[in-house]
Amino acid sequence: MTGWQTLLYKEVLRFWKVAFQTIAGPVLTAMLYLLIFGHALEAHVKVYGQVSYTAFLVPGLAMMSLLQNAFANSSSSLIASKVMGNLVFLMLTPLSYMNWFVAYVGAAVVRGLVVGLGVFAVAFVFTDISFVAPLWIVVFGVLGAALMGSLGLIAGLWAEKFDQLAAFQNFIVMPMTFLSGVFYSIHSLPPVWQTVSHLNPFFYMIDGFRYGFFGISDVSPWLSLGVVGGTLVVVSAVAVALLRSGYKIRS
Amino acid sequence: MPAISFQSVSKAYPSPRGAQNGTFLALDRVSLDIEQGEFFGLLGPNGAGKTTLISILAGLTRATSGKVSVLGHDVALDYAQARRCLGVVPQELVFDPFFNVREALRFQSGYFGVKHNDDWIDELLDSLGLADKAGANMRALSGGMKRRVLVAQALVHKPPVIVLDEPTAGVDVELRQTLWQFIARLNKQGSTVLLTTHYLEEAEALCGRIAMLKTGRVVALNHTSELLKSASSNVLRFKIDSELPKVLADQARITGRIVQFPAHDAHEIERYLAAVREAGLVAQDVEIRKADLEDVFLQVMTQNKDSVHGVGLA
Repeated sequence: MTGWQTLLYKEVLRFWKVAFQTIAGPVLTAMLYLLIFGHALEAHVKVYGQVSYTAFLVPGLAMMSLLQNAFANSSSSLIASKVMGNLVFLMLTPLSYMNWFVAYVGAAVVRGLVVGLGVFAVAFVFTDISFVAPLWIVVFGVLGAALMGSLGLIAGLWAEKFDQLAAFQNFIVMPMTFLSGVFYSIHSLPPVWQTVSHLNPFFYMIDGFRYGFFGISDVSPWLSLGVVGGTLVVVSAVAVALLRSGYKIRS
Repeated sequence: MPAISFQSVSKAYPSPRGAQNGTFLALDRVSLDIEQGEFFGLLGPNGAGKTTLISILAGLTRATSGKVSVLGHDVALDYAQARRCLGVVPQELVFDPFFNVREALRFQSGYFGVKHNDDWIDELLDSLGLADKAGANMRALSGGMKRRVLVAQALVHKPPVIVLDEPTAGVDVELRQTLWQFIARLNKQGSTVLLTTHYLEEAEALCGRIAMLKTGRVVALNHTSELLKSASSNVLRFKIDSELPKVLADQARITGRIVQFPAHDAHEIERYLAAVREAGLVAQDVEIRKADLEDVFLQVMTQNKDSVHGVGLA
């Protein structure tokens, strides 16, 4: 294996060794959401006029778990290595900033996809899931995980303590995820909140992902692809620039 | 081509500590070359700039000005090649709690692009007394064992230049022996070694050449043997039960009851003993010994504060 492949492998092995916490935990949480909201709302809500609420909820929950775990992987790995001091082992190596980026984001994508697949695997027990356009599912799954992996890299570099990272997660990632249409179609919102939702890149990740299942979405999947792709480019560029400058790691 | 070259390296930190225009000068135009195959010691009190200098060498910190190269590779412009040539044992006892010893060493090999490295990893484990700990999680190891793994991690890619930043701080005699035997062997085989330590007897025994840093400047740089010659050649050592008068205490090195005076000749020795007698004190267990590196070190550190020509700067 080359340098970046070793780092990617190490980062994957890092979360795999604690899979109970990093994979089983998030899948269980998603299932609890599905059971509670599905049970409470299944009889009362139909989305897009024809889709049952539980079927509608599954892709949203899977994508939400995927995004949150991709973010958690790169950010928690970096902050833990910084706080424990073992980041020095990487800093002493000839690995380039691009190597770091590819390995950390790559591992985040792997964890995001594994958790997302885990949510589907369990959700199959409770409901039927259709796959109208699987390629869109894969594209938005991978791009979303890469975007959140990059954002996690930025957060991990910026944070100096675990509570700062928790603040980033609780006050930025969580609200943007919950307000992105995981639990509802934004067409059910008042016009003002529909407009606000359109400013949230998370909305496009969820909406485009969901299109792959139902062939129906709030906005065109091409628009979502453009917004998600554009956001990914911007966030990645920031992450790469921070790594290149040695932001908060090389004084 | 020198193994390591520091050319007028300065490092300023924004800090209230130095209070000079809001910056603290951790290194002030440090220049020195370490030749290939040398066992070189970098000494200095806490805060002298040793670790800062090594951090700049390793690419962990960036110099404010000046150039640093490893075997001709600039550590900033040609960092990948420079880092391939360097094996650095960090001062802090750090580890990755997710992995066992062998995994940690395999990963470190991989980062340097070294494949199929298990034979060398086994040799390292064996030489450092870690063979039976290869499968142990890093968390389960004692401090001394963790220190050995740090050394193994630094050497896993067979670097021609080895940097040890206080590798024996807080470790037992056995590890020191194992470590120095192994490092001395690598040095004999051609590796260059740069060592910082507070254990001056180790530096005296191991290092062919020594630089002393004080407040970010090189205050002495010479062969160990020359440095030893340059100091007062003898030391008067005795024990007393009461406190020395201040005028004498200022000239002495005092450790509990033990008092030591640097002395060039018999007259000086007689003078010190007479002064002690006149102060109404009784010197016990009197002995005269040859000066060691600790004496040189203390002499250099107390000498003219801002001169880089303190003792035998060569």
